[in-house]
Amino acid sequence: MAIPKVMGTEIEYGIIVKNDPDFDPISSCVLLVNAYREDPAGKILWDYDQENPLADARGFQVDGEKYTPNQQENIARNKTLINGARYYVDHAHPEYSCPEVTNARDLVVHEKAGERIVEISRREANSLLPAGAQMLLHKNNSDRKGNSYGSHENYLMDRRTSFKQIVEHLMPFFVTRQVYTGAGKVGSENRGRACDYQLSQRADFFETEVALDTMVKRPIINTRDEPHADREKYRRLHVIVGDSNMSEYTIYLRNVVTSLILSMIEDGAVSRGLSLRDPVRAIKDVSQDPTCRVEIALESGRKLSAVEIQAEYLDMALTYAARHDLDEVSQDVLARWQHTIEVLRRDPMELDREVDWVIKKRMIEGYMERKGLGGDWEHPQVRMLDLQYHDTRPDKGLYFMLERKGNVERICSDEEIQAAITAPPEDTRAYFRGECLRRYPGEVFGVNWDSISFGVSDEPIKRIMMAEPLKGTKRLVKALLDGSSNAGELVKNLRA
Amino acid sequence: MARFITRLHERAPSAAHAAPIFGAADGGQKQKPKGGGDESAEARGGDGKKLAKKGEELKEEMDELMDEIDNVLEENAEEFVKNYVQRGGQ
Repeated sequence: MAIPKVMGTEIEYGIIVKNDPDFDPISSCVLLVNAYREDPAGKILWDYDQENPLADARGFQVDGEKYTPNQQENIARNKTLINGARYYVDHAHPEYSCPEVTNARDLVVHEKAGERIVEISRREANSLLPAGAQMLLHKNNSDRKGNSYGSHENYLMDRRTSFKQIVEHLMPFFVTRQVYTGAGKVGSENRGRACDYQLSQRADFFETEVALDTMVKRPIINTRDEPHADREKYRRLHVIVGDSNMSEYTIYLRNVVTSLILSMIEDGAVSRGLSLRDPVRAIKDVSQDPTCRVEIALESGRKLSAVEIQAEYLDMALTYAARHDLDEVSQDVLARWQHTIEVLRRDPMELDREVDWVIKKRMIEGYMERKGLGGDWEHPQVRMLDLQYHDTRPDKGLYFMLERKGNVERICSDEEIQAAITAPPEDTRAYFRGECLRRYPGEVFGVNWDSISFGVSDEPIKRIMMAEPLKGTKRLVKALLDGSSNAGELVKNLRA
Repeated sequence: MARFITRLHERAPSAAHAAPIFGAADGGQKQKPKGGGDESAEARGGDGKKLAKKGEELKEEMDELMDEIDNVLEENAEEFVKNYVQRGGQ
């Protein structure tokens, strides 16, 4: 039986400072992340002892130097928040990793809370910049000049499912899901074939099928084997093939369908041979076809469109659903997925309230028509529309403008998103992490996804391991926390 | 573009404050407005005047949307797009 799909996302934002000839992305990121002040705020380290990004899921360890900053740099670059998230500087981008959640709906709420957190800190950071300079952030994945940055999804998986099986059954799914998960992009880059508009921001950047790299020669399936949990029991599938989505509906569909497919792989329910002849070429061909009709070659010799391949997965999912007692959320998902496939078969442009790449394309085409730009996709204003769709400012970001006017489907409410800025999910270990930070900020010494350590008076640092993502929940630890007025008591009570 | 305008006009009420479990959870059962303005008018018997009036309303909404985009769109688009350079990330 498939294990619960605990999940989370890591989003790197584009960052720029207008009217600053000395703009430096790294110091701007540090300014940004430190401009976010929580009350109470502690000087808390990110615990790099627990990290191992060089372990490969195919069973080996890659040579390389592990990044470990000194204490001062560590504190300056890392913030762990009372909602259980990590907000930090990753290379030259601000990154928001949301807390672990148990379902895609909570994921939408927490990813959206992350957008608001980076926007709050952007406004604070701006007040510290010289007059005239202005920091802007974009939730996108490239600068259209060949530089890309990621939007990663993480899903908890059963270690007993072999990585080979995951690769085999997931590859055709990842190559084709962009028909409803793409964030849309004007033009191509990274030596991609020229085009007006494509479904995905990232497709141009995938150069190999399976590998450990994330920054060069990016693979469709990443092999990083760093479970941030009990590694005897779990994998964390680190998905780097996705786009940064603005649409709540797209985020929801992306995570919910992907997690369902992963459960099906664990249960041996993906049985059809859909292996592709050339996945790297196919991911680009699918991205460059807004009609969603281009056919790609399977190893079996068949040729199917991306929508037909998705329909094959859907068909297997319906059979799976009939055999398993799926919860209400999964039933809801199947209905939405089925609807999406039907509409994609008819006319993808009908998804202009739901799917990012369609919403954006419709907006750009409307603007071109109004301005008489005559289909000039290289016009600076068209390029600007493409970029500003992802702007994090609620008054200037074009996605937020469409949302305000009621032109896009919502999944959650503004009140839920607002609450998630300071409240962790209650049904994962993120609750314990967030609550410890809220209750005992001065005593938390260091944090990682699967540990939290306390510096209590003169005693040695006490590290508490959290190897089970579904423990540390409100139900399990609230009474313990309520009965511990400080971290010293908490550590004592844990030993009792 | 006509269909987009229709959809703007006929859009369902915002689901922002809907049921706490699913929000806008009408999934596959959702009834979407079909086709463009012409088609829906035909289905109702095709009243020419009504159609013209509706067309005007829709054009106004579209104009309003595009005006709003114009108001917020970065003024110096060419410069901005040219200078938008990021370092590669993950």
